[in-house]
Amino acid sequence: MSRNISIKSSIDWPIVFLYLALVFLGWLNVYGASYDYDQTSIFDFSYRSGKQFIWIICAIGLAGIILLIDSRFFQSFSTLFYILMILLLIVTAVVAPDVKGSRSWLVLGPLSIQPAEFSKFVTALALAKAMSSYGFKLRSFRSYLITGLIIALPALIIIMQKETGSALVYAAFLLVLYREGMPGLIPLIGFCCVVLFIIVIRFSDVPFAGVEAASTGLVIAFILMLLVVLVFLFLYKSDKETLKYLSLGYLTLYALAALIHLTGWISVNFLYVSLFCISASVIYLCVNAIRFRLRHYWLIALFLVGFTGYCYSAEYIFERILEPHQQMRIKVVLGMENDPRGVGYNVNQAKIAIGSGGFFGKGFLNGTQTKLKYVPEQDTDFIFCTVGEEFGFVGSVALLMIYMFFLFRLIRMAERQREPFARIYGYSVVGIFFFHIAINIGMVIGLAPVIGIPLPFFSYGGSSLWSFTFLLFIFLRFDISQTARVH
Amino acid sequence: MINDSFSNRQYVIRIFIAVLLAIFVIQLFNLQLIKDYGEQADSNALLRRTIYAPRGLIYDRNGVLLVYNQPTYDILITMHELRVMAKNKTPLDTLELCKTLSITKVEFDKRIKEVKHRIGYSPRVPQRFITQLSPVEYAVLQEKLHRFPGFTIQSRTLRNYTYPVAGHALGSIGEVSRWMIEKDPYYKQGDYAGVSGFEKSYEVALRGQNGVEILLRDVAGRIQGRYKKGEFDKAAVAGDNLTVTLDIQLQILAEELLQGKKGSVVAIEPSTGEILAMASNPTWNPGLLVGRERSHNYAVLLNDPTKPLLNRATQGTYSPGSTFKPLQGLVCQQEGGITPETLFACNGPSSSPIRCTHHHGSPVNLESAIEQSCNPYFWNAYRETLEKGGYGDRNANFKANYERWRNDIMSFGLGPKFKDSDVPDQVNGSVPSIKTYDKWYGARGWRAITIRSNSIGQGEVQVTPLQLANSVAVIANEGYYITPHLHKCDSMLNHKHVSLIDKKYFPVVKQGMWRVCEFGTGKWYKLDSIPMCGKTGTVDNSHGRPHSLFVGFAPKDNPKIAIAVVIETSGFGATWANPIASVLLEQYLTGTVKRTELVNRLKTSVTDPDVKKY
Ligand SMILES: [Zn+2]
Repeated sequence: MSRNISIKSSIDWPIVFLYLALVFLGWLNVYGASYDYDQTSIFDFSYRSGKQFIWIICAIGLAGIILLIDSRFFQSFSTLFYILMILLLIVTAVVAPDVKGSRSWLVLGPLSIQPAEFSKFVTALALAKAMSSYGFKLRSFRSYLITGLIIALPALIIIMQKETGSALVYAAFLLVLYREGMPGLIPLIGFCCVVLFIIVIRFSDVPFAGVEAASTGLVIAFILMLLVVLVFLFLYKSDKETLKYLSLGYLTLYALAALIHLTGWISVNFLYVSLFCISASVIYLCVNAIRFRLRHYWLIALFLVGFTGYCYSAEYIFERILEPHQQMRIKVVLGMENDPRGVGYNVNQAKIAIGSGGFFGKGFLNGTQTKLKYVPEQDTDFIFCTVGEEFGFVGSVALLMIYMFFLFRLIRMAERQREPFARIYGYSVVGIFFFHIAINIGMVIGLAPVIGIPLPFFSYGGSSLWSFTFLLFIFLRFDISQTARVH
Repeated sequence: MINDSFSNRQYVIRIFIAVLLAIFVIQLFNLQLIKDYGEQADSNALLRRTIYAPRGLIYDRNGVLLVYNQPTYDILITMHELRVMAKNKTPLDTLELCKTLSITKVEFDKRIKEVKHRIGYSPRVPQRFITQLSPVEYAVLQEKLHRFPGFTIQSRTLRNYTYPVAGHALGSIGEVSRWMIEKDPYYKQGDYAGVSGFEKSYEVALRGQNGVEILLRDVAGRIQGRYKKGEFDKAAVAGDNLTVTLDIQLQILAEELLQGKKGSVVAIEPSTGEILAMASNPTWNPGLLVGRERSHNYAVLLNDPTKPLLNRATQGTYSPGSTFKPLQGLVCQQEGGITPETLFACNGPSSSPIRCTHHHGSPVNLESAIEQSCNPYFWNAYRETLEKGGYGDRNANFKANYERWRNDIMSFGLGPKFKDSDVPDQVNGSVPSIKTYDKWYGARGWRAITIRSNSIGQGEVQVTPLQLANSVAVIANEGYYITPHLHKCDSMLNHKHVSLIDKKYFPVVKQGMWRVCEFGTGKWYKLDSIPMCGKTGTVDNSHGRPHSLFVGFAPKDNPKIAIAVVIETSGFGATWANPIASVLLEQYLTGTVKRTELVNRLKTSVTDPDVKKY
């Protein structure tokens, strides 16, 4: 009895309310998306909305059970869970039948579950346990090895199950590592890699300023790199002079080049201008690094040299390392290929469905594109189309706002944890939800490549709903213990 | 408590999340509010199926059904479904389909290719594949249709005709041209519309308004119901049933009488301007220009050197010859050139400058001149009229006289075609202007004598048989005509055109025309009990025998019908045109023709062996 009272008074009601709202709205949209003109009731169990209703009721029941379990239980057994999970994943990869090319479903009589869905919170628990152990600091090579292994092991097995999308979700743990002290340089470099790759590939065929030999992609990438260098110099504030001379130098050189080009006297190859700027900067930075004994000047110089090489090899990476269908997906996302019938079909149909929703949408159950199955996977991965089509811009933005409140609330809850274990687990939850939301919606509205992962609480399916529920409510359980202790 | 020095990083994370979601909002703004995907979504999901409006029926003036609809069936093909079937490893049994449709595989492939290259082709929209199956062919196909998914049938109607006549007047319907589609967005490729005759003139009234039903079509092409429960569907509105002014019995007889001859007949009810019969030969059975045989038959008609597609009644222009003389008699009276008592001498064939083709007493007055068709009389009357008051300075007076004469003649409906008429395919006749003559002869180079042939209808005046019949109607009405027309409706009575000839000048001309039929050139074919007026004409023709013409009306008082008959290259007016007109007048006025022997002779006699019957 006393435990119940403590749950009632110390549970974070806003997050519970947001959870219920999302699940309810998700259910409505599953009904809308799988609605067929013969269906009479949202509770009709032969239809997906009816089944989803059962999943929801079960999920809420499971959530209740989790809240009744002592939080120390999860903490103590997290390593054991992790080991069992890895075994289960391996077993699945071996015995699971091939379903549309994926070997990730375990069929147990009438029930089929996807262990990969549940490995997310188990991994999060294991990671939290490892990182919160006494004396652990994200500094040593050993600490990175351990965290890296914990994250990469399930991801690799899931890749073996041919569920690349689910495996990519493990990248979400980078957010946790960042929060827990991984140098910001690492995600920044990762970010630069992605952005520069996109720019170089997207504009590789466009000549800059009419000069055939100068690829617009490379020129823009190099100019961006020079800007990043200036930002670095500005942030470290160690040497005003270097910043001043470099920025003035860049400005003068590019202005001069542009001027000469515009007079039409000589058509300037801006690629050479950029390369000259980069080499001059590298030399200048190295000289200053020696002169002022500033270690990070070496790093900035290294950044320039490294990314210049990276940009030149990006095209090689794209052409040689990626497989043709991956290249195609990237090209479609980047708008380089218009392929409404092939790879781009799904996204194109999704855009039509969402775009035709307009400002207020067509109204609940009035969408034509999703009802008539023009959008594939319209009740699972592409469920956001139903939102966009039937509830329009207003509904879509409202849903994004709800997700943002949800994530911000989770961050706030994670920050108020006194125990690092709970905080690290909390950030894992934030990372996983954020990754799912960003990649799923990004894919549906044509901003991210087509990666089949569900939209939390919206996409039809018991496995994903339950795994998201576990993920969230285990964190809620930690939060309750924390709050109770404070009181 | 562990020292947590990285707590500030939560703000970086929050900003990152907010920025990414803001980018999503911008993209949603772009997709939902800036770009317009509505049309693409509709073309995906909505199938607009046309419900064809039944075309209006056409009746004759006595309520006899002339043109009605018969069902026909088009086979539509949806390419997308064929593709789906091929993908599912259950491709179409092409050979079986070809067998059912009795076409070859080559033809099948050709049609598929043609379908794919149509403007506005879409693989998801059913396209016309084979059109106009007969009900029998349809029955055969329908049994097997379930074996050919991707093929659907759309029923439509074709025109059918109670009588194989009046092709020129009724016209036909055909597939709309690209030009028509551009001009009127109502039409879509493959639609049918009136392309000639009455069908064309009254296209908008006859076609009605096609309806549309908007259906929901899923990605596999299956119909899943009505869009918004049919809220935006539109029922088809049937076309108006219209009545033509034709008397179908008269029309039938006219076409029969014209068999084996090149020529035309126009009969008009003078008091209303209603066209009672309009026949042109060679002609065709309108049933030939219907259905799948249309294009073939049309090509045959088009290539026939006797030009059956030409409506000689409205598109043939002829010199009126002696049938012009009654008009001349009226105009010359009106302009003071003659009075009924004026006498002119005639020296028969030795007359000068125009010889007379008949022997008769001399001198003659107007009445006898018409009866005897005396050329010298009309030349003198014409000269008196044009030279009244002398030529004047620079022929100014003469030209003013000519201009008055021209205006008087044109007030009979000659010259330009009837612009306020629904009769299709008219061409202009001609009454030369002063300008024309000035150009030919110089401003002072022409006098009455120069244009003397006009006096006897052999000059530059050109008329269509429709104009000729109308001019006789003016005489029958003693001074006015209602624009000749084909659609029976009272509103045409407002199109009354009063001629410039005073009413008082008509009786003597009518009397003369009565004498023609009683004692003159037309006496052989006068009607037993009904006094008729008429005038024969024999028009010189450089291509062979003269054209045979006749104009007339009956009864003499209160005329019920005015008629013009032109038989090309056949001989004297009295030989062909006159008997044909006489028989038609009898038919119309008595409802039957007692002179069966004459009718049979006319029906079977051939003046032009090249004329074929279609
Ligand atoms: Zn004479």
